[in-house]
Amino acid sequence: MSSSQDIELMAKLVPMGSRVLDLGCGNGEMLAYLRDHRSCSGYGIELADANVHACVQRGIDVIQLNLEEGLALFDDQSFDVVLQLDTLQNLRNTENMLRETARVGRIGVVSFPNFAHWPNRLHVLRGRMPITRALPYQWYDTPNIRVGTYSDFEVLAGRLELGVSDSFGLQAGRVVRHWPNLLASMAVFKFERGGVTP
Amino acid sequence: MASLGPVTAQDMHFSQPLPLKSGASLQGYTLRYETYGELNADKSNAVLVCHALNASHHVAGVDEHGKTGWWDNLVGPGKPLDTTRFFVIGVNNPGSCFGSTGPMHLNPRSEPTADEAGRVYGADFPVVTVEDWVDAQLRLVQRLGITQLAAVLGGSLGGMQALAWTLRHPQMLRHCVAVATAPNLSAQNIAFNEVARRAIVTDPDFHGGHFYEHRVVPKRGLRVARMIGHITYLAEDAMDSKFGREMKADVLSYSTQAIEFQIESYLRHQGDKFSEYFDANTYLLITRALDYFDPAREHGGNLSRAFEAACGKQFLLVSFTTDWRFAPARSRELVKALLDNRIAVSYAEIDAPHGHDAFLLADPRYHAVMRSYFERIASES
Repeated sequence: MSSSQDIELMAKLVPMGSRVLDLGCGNGEMLAYLRDHRSCSGYGIELADANVHACVQRGIDVIQLNLEEGLALFDDQSFDVVLQLDTLQNLRNTENMLRETARVGRIGVVSFPNFAHWPNRLHVLRGRMPITRALPYQWYDTPNIRVGTYSDFEVLAGRLELGVSDSFGLQAGRVVRHWPNLLASMAVFKFERGGVTP
Repeated sequence: MASLGPVTAQDMHFSQPLPLKSGASLQGYTLRYETYGELNADKSNAVLVCHALNASHHVAGVDEHGKTGWWDNLVGPGKPLDTTRFFVIGVNNPGSCFGSTGPMHLNPRSEPTADEAGRVYGADFPVVTVEDWVDAQLRLVQRLGITQLAAVLGGSLGGMQALAWTLRHPQMLRHCVAVATAPNLSAQNIAFNEVARRAIVTDPDFHGGHFYEHRVVPKRGLRVARMIGHITYLAEDAMDSKFGREMKADVLSYSTQAIEFQIESYLRHQGDKFSEYFDANTYLLITRALDYFDPAREHGGNLSRAFEAACGKQFLLVSFTTDWRFAPARSRELVKALLDNRIAVSYAEIDAPHGHDAFLLADPRYHAVMRSYFERIASES
């Protein structure tokens, strides 16, 4: 779950008045924030019944859909921004979802827990899988089926030619731009059409 | 949660003919309807509930025959569609057999004879479409002094009517809530309807649709039609868990005619019950209306173009994973058409085991979404 500071920081990546698609929108918190503070409109995609209900409750338009089935409902470039926040690590088909994100949105924003954050490294050095605020699960019952690092994503983004225009880490509600792979528990990447491919 | 308690139906007569999609028209007709709750001062809290194949205006509460309305679990004080906040209208569609003008009523175009005022419509009742029903409903709504409905709600065939409202009279509503519905029937759906219709019209008591004057009812056909319908409303797993291979008796009777399995007993019971109250011509008319519904047809098969008319409306669509008659994929087609037009839509796909029937049941996840959506509508009214 993203903290309210994280939401504010990531919302800054979304231009005012954007039409937004939020993949794995959870309880609709981000979309509600974007609606209330950045005059955005759009839809969330969610699979969990309780989250779908929570979105309807707060007046966020939500479409119940399994992201593993892709984004066939959505036309190319039909959104200004596609968000994939704290979702990527739960998806089997990571590559396809990133391609779909870039296909449907002019701008894509992805965030995920950074496995290379130093406390995680310490856990692994001690011979145990990390259990932290960003990665709060035991290894045997984690929904995170894709664990990667900030640096890993840079490589993948390059290979998929995502055109990353901004990237940083998030740690304790602060943006981390120095050594984010070491110092941040969350990784955030913004990519857009015509952006620079690292 | 409290029920509405006793409710009374009312009739409204319309002397102006209703032009129909077929080119024909319906002369001087009556609509039977019920209302629940109070219309607020600015008349902004009205919700119209459209009925499906075998239902009626009697949506909620208990009528004079002691019968509970077909959507009583959803509509009432404190229920998801809360009648303490909304003014809810249930209306029986023309062609039906629950009080509105239908095939069993006098055809005003028929010649009076010495002993009769004329002939009842029977098979001569004009073919009515979903759009025709919506036009009839519109007149009722306007006569009630409502200039814009807060929402139109329906499930299955009722959902098609709710959709048709947004295409035909978009200025007349703000929200469309369409449950377990589809943008049109599949070939398989039409096939089931056709089997049901053949069962009715080939019943020797059908008399070409003019059975009334023979004082008989094609009950055999109606029974079979209902049995087929029932099979398609249930999911295979639900049928298995409810009936399985359970037998009526411990020993086999080795009869091809006797009831051996519980499922046979259930279907025959449903068929018998249905043939006692439902009209054969109504069954034909309503299944035909289902077959014909296809808003994309007038737009070269392009559903997205059809829904351009609904821009600015807000939608809630709900489907059920085990509903193979109106499968989730059909609702997703609707979602896509709405998304293509940048129309506000929420879509819930409820993992309920009950098949198509789920829309009439009270699955807590389903009702929670409905409740929250109507709360959202209420907060705007």
